[in-house]
Amino acid sequence: MSHALSRRKLITTGLAAAAGVSGLGVAALLAERFGLIPPDHGGIFGVGETMTYAAQRLLMSRHSLAREFNRSEISKVAPINGKPPENETYQRLLAGGFQDWRLTVDGLVARPASFSLAELKRFPSRTQITHQACEEGWSFIAEWTGVQLSTVLNFVGVRPEAKYVAYFSLDESWWDSLDMPDALHPQTFLAYGMNGRELPTDHGAPVRMRVARQLGFKSVKHLRQITVTDTLKNVRDGLGSSGPGIGYSWYGGI
Amino acid sequence: MNSALGYITPKDVLAGNQQGTEKCVTLCALAMAESAHVAGLALQNPEVLDSPRHSTLVRVTHWIHTLSFFALVVSGIGILLAHPRFYWGETGALGTPSLFDLPLPFLDTTPTYVGPSSWGRSLHFLSAWICVLTGLLYVISGLLSQHFRRNLLPMRSQLSARSISRTVSDHLRMKRPSEEESLAYNLLQRLAYLTVVFLFFPLMIWTGLAMSPSATSVFPILVTALHGQQSARTIHFFVADFLVLFLLVHIAMVSLAGFTRRVRAMITGQSVRTRQP
Repeated sequence: MSHALSRRKLITTGLAAAAGVSGLGVAALLAERFGLIPPDHGGIFGVGETMTYAAQRLLMSRHSLAREFNRSEISKVAPINGKPPENETYQRLLAGGFQDWRLTVDGLVARPASFSLAELKRFPSRTQITHQACEEGWSFIAEWTGVQLSTVLNFVGVRPEAKYVAYFSLDESWWDSLDMPDALHPQTFLAYGMNGRELPTDHGAPVRMRVARQLGFKSVKHLRQITVTDTLKNVRDGLGSSGPGIGYSWYGGI
Repeated sequence: MNSALGYITPKDVLAGNQQGTEKCVTLCALAMAESAHVAGLALQNPEVLDSPRHSTLVRVTHWIHTLSFFALVVSGIGILLAHPRFYWGETGALGTPSLFDLPLPFLDTTPTYVGPSSWGRSLHFLSAWICVLTGLLYVISGLLSQHFRRNLLPMRSQLSARSISRTVSDHLRMKRPSEEESLAYNLLQRLAYLTVVFLFFPLMIWTGLAMSPSATSVFPILVTALHGQQSARTIHFFVADFLVLFLLVHIAMVSLAGFTRRVRAMITGQSVRTRQP
């Protein structure tokens, strides 16, 4: 009797374990297939990052719009974190009023291109008043003017296998990336104006990324290059942004 | 306890026989606790004495919660240290008036220093996931097994003026509960646990989500109902403080009731009475 029971128990346990392991395997494959695995999925904290990102992509809308505010709600104080790049390239561009600045767009696109500030401004512009929260805890509301990233991406023609859009700052220590839902989101744009004026140097002149549905660190300043790619594994340290290397998450929608 | 239970039969217990006598008040109190009818039955079947004071699920989720809550507090402090200043409304930053400033240093990340909000945020989300999923399991099973209704919802008998004043004065005098009394949760325990489970933890999740720019893009009311993202952050901080306060009182009360035995019961699930070898 006890013999039979233990054998039955052994078989049941074995089957359950096999089902569990294959279930996890299938889940991992599906998660990979549907883009639910963030680039910083490794390590113990990667478990949390993956759960947050996958839950966001599964449960939340890809098209929902961040709240927009009235002019009267614009913050009088718009704090900044970090100084403009001190390198020679940036100083030279700044001294020349960014006349020589170009934004390169390359990678998995049909027509790689580079744009001057004037060329970017010829695209249909968009203005929005949104809330930007720093991961540190402080926040402000500002009006941003620029061109939708999707407009520029459509202009150069994104190839169908594209999965991420990486973007790099003139400050070499900063880079980041977005998945396609956030890259093509209508509120994601290249901002060249702030509160009715040219984008100030401290806020990312000549052009910064604005990602309204994510924390401030995704809105990288002083852009120089945008690269469309199907994998982030071979871009810089492979973690999708300069954040994960020092412990910050890649996905900033939180 | 033996004398109190001496004339209660398992049949009484199972039938929930309530006559309003002192005997039945005890009986009801015992029937509400998980171990209660076990103690009654034990008179006829000593084997049942070892039945758990806390169910396996309650014990496992209790300790997972202990660990994840500790991680949440530590990582929460790590995040807080990047900007130990609080505001009300949508926005707030250095250079704008604060609601209050904590006397703590600003350990924010600079080009030459990585602040504790880096690992803090990662640990906060990992432990929040563990805490929330374990909490869901606990709440769903507590509802299905009637654990909340039987053990945490105040009993009618506990709501009489006399019973309330006795419970309150026992607590004020720091009276050590008898084994008999500690078979069922008292009124203050029940209210404290219900508040933590059904008010504080949901508030933590709500205010946490209200700080997420992507969650509020889908459900703006999460943040507008709280007067803004900075208000959500401030409420998150205060509810966290209440939870830490609850934890301190919880530990104090466990110590008062007998730390080793209570902790052992939450680990092994052993009943209050141990069988003689």
